Amino acid sequence: MQKVRSKTLALPGNMGLRELKVIANRIRRRDLRTVFEVGAGHIGGEMSVIDILTALYFDILNVDPDAPLDPNRDRLVLSKGHTALALYITLSERGFIPKDETSTYLQPLSRLNGHPDCTKVPGVETNTGPLGHGLPVGVGMAKAAKIDNADWHTFVIAGDGEMQEGSNWEAIMAAAQFNLDNMTLIIDHNRLQQGARLAETNSLAPLAPKFEAFNWAVEEIDGHDMRAICRALSPKSVTAGKPRCVVAHTNKGQGITFMTDNVAWHHKVPNAEQFELGMAELEAEAKAVEFAR
Amino acid sequence: MAAENSDIVAVCNDSVGSSKLGGFRERWPERLINVGIAEQNLVGVGAGLANGGKLPFVCAAASFLTGRALEQIKADVAYSNANVKLCGISSGMAYGALGSTHHSTEDFAWMRAIPNIAVVAPADRIETAAATAWAASYSGPVFLRLSRVGVPDLFAEGHTFELGRANMLREGADLTIIANGTLAHRAVSAAEILEAKGIEARVLNMATVRPIDEEAIVRAARDTGAILTCEEHSIYGGLGGAVAEVVCENEPVRVKRRGVPGIFAPTGSANFLLDEFGMSPDGIADSAIELIRKKT
Repeated sequence: MQKVRSKTLALPGNMGLRELKVIANRIRRRDLRTVFEVGAGHIGGEMSVIDILTALYFDILNVDPDAPLDPNRDRLVLSKGHTALALYITLSERGFIPKDETSTYLQPLSRLNGHPDCTKVPGVETNTGPLGHGLPVGVGMAKAAKIDNADWHTFVIAGDGEMQEGSNWEAIMAAAQFNLDNMTLIIDHNRLQQGARLAETNSLAPLAPKFEAFNWAVEEIDGHDMRAICRALSPKSVTAGKPRCVVAHTNKGQGITFMTDNVAWHHKVPNAEQFELGMAELEAEAKAVEFAR
Repeated sequence: MAAENSDIVAVCNDSVGSSKLGGFRERWPERLINVGIAEQNLVGVGAGLANGGKLPFVCAAASFLTGRALEQIKADVAYSNANVKLCGISSGMAYGALGSTHHSTEDFAWMRAIPNIAVVAPADRIETAAATAWAASYSGPVFLRLSRVGVPDLFAEGHTFELGRANMLREGADLTIIANGTLAHRAVSAAEILEAKGIEARVLNMATVRPIDEEAIVRAARDTGAILTCEEHSIYGGLGGAVAEVVCENEPVRVKRRGVPGIFAPTGSANFLLDEFGMSPDGIADSAIELIRKKT
């Protein structure tokens, strides 16, 4: 079969690191504001995954908001579906949904559910919410591309606590068995699950050797270092014949000091004072990034 | 079908043999995806293959497919509207004496409670082929509940399957027997026994449990005044339950459900157990006579 190549999809181009940081900061501010105004969200895990989502949608993924179902698009599965708000805001920044629609998050009859719905929201590939679902689906996607000898890539973002789900390990075995070097699992390793630290629950640490033992190519990065994220997710970082795992060391609540690495902020909603404090810190970061121009 | 449609892939859980996929593997090895003994991954992989443009037939023993991977069926397949065809093989009590761990006698109840998935239990090899061809042409999630217990042919070659449409296997006015899967031919035999006793039983083959043929059920209630259901499934939440819901809401008449009577089955083959649970042709006929006696 002839190799399928995707030349028609619009790429954002070589976006600079500073611009990626500006976008991530804007997504964080919009996320904080939406959680505050709507009165709900999973703000801790949203803050931890936003740099990864930004790098994917603005530097890595070959996707086109005008053709969200292009068969040759790259696939992104947000397996930690409870951080849907971060995905919605990122999708809106990338043009998949209108920017002002994110204010409807969780509102009656909004298509922006608490967990993403692929039948309603363009850019969402599969419905997640119950944990441990995204990676098996990602394996199926990558296998489909392999059968077609197509060059699109599948990315799955999972939480670290989510790796406690046994279904993930079924998929980890299958991905290695099928030599799926066209898929990448990014673990948002913020060390906190809903109720406690992983270390106090079911540690899983260290993650990387476990993946190596399962015959994956593994890299550990600072999940808030935009340069490191882009490099680790680049096609150049693929090891032939092996699925790729990027263990992204992150902080829950990243960017807002009083939330950072604090288990209380899994899905807590800031009060007015906390909102102002968090927003001031994110605005200061925005200015610093701009100043670095 | 696979020769004509190169998108068709088979996905299985170490069940190449029991899913009768040996021939498929020989012809299209690259299109057979064996995930090993891992049913949650099995169904998730099926959903991902569908997202990637494939037409996956996901094959596993019905008990493990529906029981172990129910959440994947709900979230990854039905809720995500993935074009996945789930093939539950050796359904009901086909594994017989292997015991209740291997019996799949809750799957109608589980599957028909999930939105956006067609639930189909064909009655013979011809309807199985027809329903499989239909499933490939239908865009959306399907659960094909297949048996491996031999049954006589009920349909003529060339029969086509229509979703949500019951087949009248026999006309009659005294009562209606509604069955599917391995019970359809037993229901027809029971009707022949009843005929010898001067009772005309209508027999409906209700292969589609969801969306169920409400019109045929209401007509049966109206025309015959009593309905007996027979299924290789628990009497709770299966075909009988679905029929009773329609009857109660539309045309209340007496309904008798025959099936696995809410217990873990004792040791025995599927056919032995069906007889044991009152679903031999004679047993079904006896239930019919009793039901008619209770008609007002």
